[in-house]
Amino acid sequence: MNNQRRSVLKSGSGAAFLGALAAAGIVKPGMALADWNKASFETKNLADTLKALGVSSPADSKDIQMTAPDIAENGAVVPIGIASTLPNVTMIAIMIEKNPSTLAANFTLPAGTEPFVQTRVKMGQTSNVYALVKSDGKFFTTSKEIKVTAGGCGG
Amino acid sequence: MATNPMKIRAANNGGITEVKALISHDMETGQRKDAAGAAIPAWFITELTAKHNDKVVLSAEFGTSISKNPFLAFKFKGGAKGDKVSISWKDNKGETRTDEAVIA
Repeated sequence: MNNQRRSVLKSGSGAAFLGALAAAGIVKPGMALADWNKASFETKNLADTLKALGVSSPADSKDIQMTAPDIAENGAVVPIGIASTLPNVTMIAIMIEKNPSTLAANFTLPAGTEPFVQTRVKMGQTSNVYALVKSDGKFFTTSKEIKVTAGGCGG
Repeated sequence: MATNPMKIRAANNGGITEVKALISHDMETGQRKDAAGAAIPAWFITELTAKHNDKVVLSAEFGTSISKNPFLAFKFKGGAKGDKVSISWKDNKGETRTDEAVIA
């Protein structure tokens, strides 16, 4: 045990090393410093995802803009952009209701980072896509239905 | 398995730096099956951190829904021409990679 502690201290990036230990199952997830929130990524529906993220009944907001196609011809690559005019945005999450795992990504934005992220996601089938934004400690969402003509999961 | 470098572009425009990154990663969902019908194990990026010099400007957790060879764009205030932007990721097998670019 003491040896393990030594090597953690010696390692230049202690947090990353702890994460690697967690992945290897040596350190229990709760012990690692910055651990991937496995529970929230394993949720299968929107209600469970929100619960795992510690969010209760987020309000719909028109101040979140989701840039995404109405119809995705290729479900393997669906570009999603989320921007917001809400103040003090500290978190942006992308959730895809009908994917095998609902939560696609969860971004943490420190002060000074603009409330704007763009990425590409996979969609197995036509689904509502939700953007969850944390502003001033409160949660807001917006959603958009994206029709998929060829799925990107299970191919 | 060796990983390929990320492509990172960072440009400052009117005091805001926009970073675009294209990450090379298979992002296997664990849902697919190979030709023999055996499930291909999940292999995907779980965590990602972007830094401007030594300050974290974005951290992210990814699930399996992110596309193969993930694309990411974000913006932060500040950042001068010549400053360093670095992006690091870690996948569910514990592999990590860090690449950096200079703000144009």
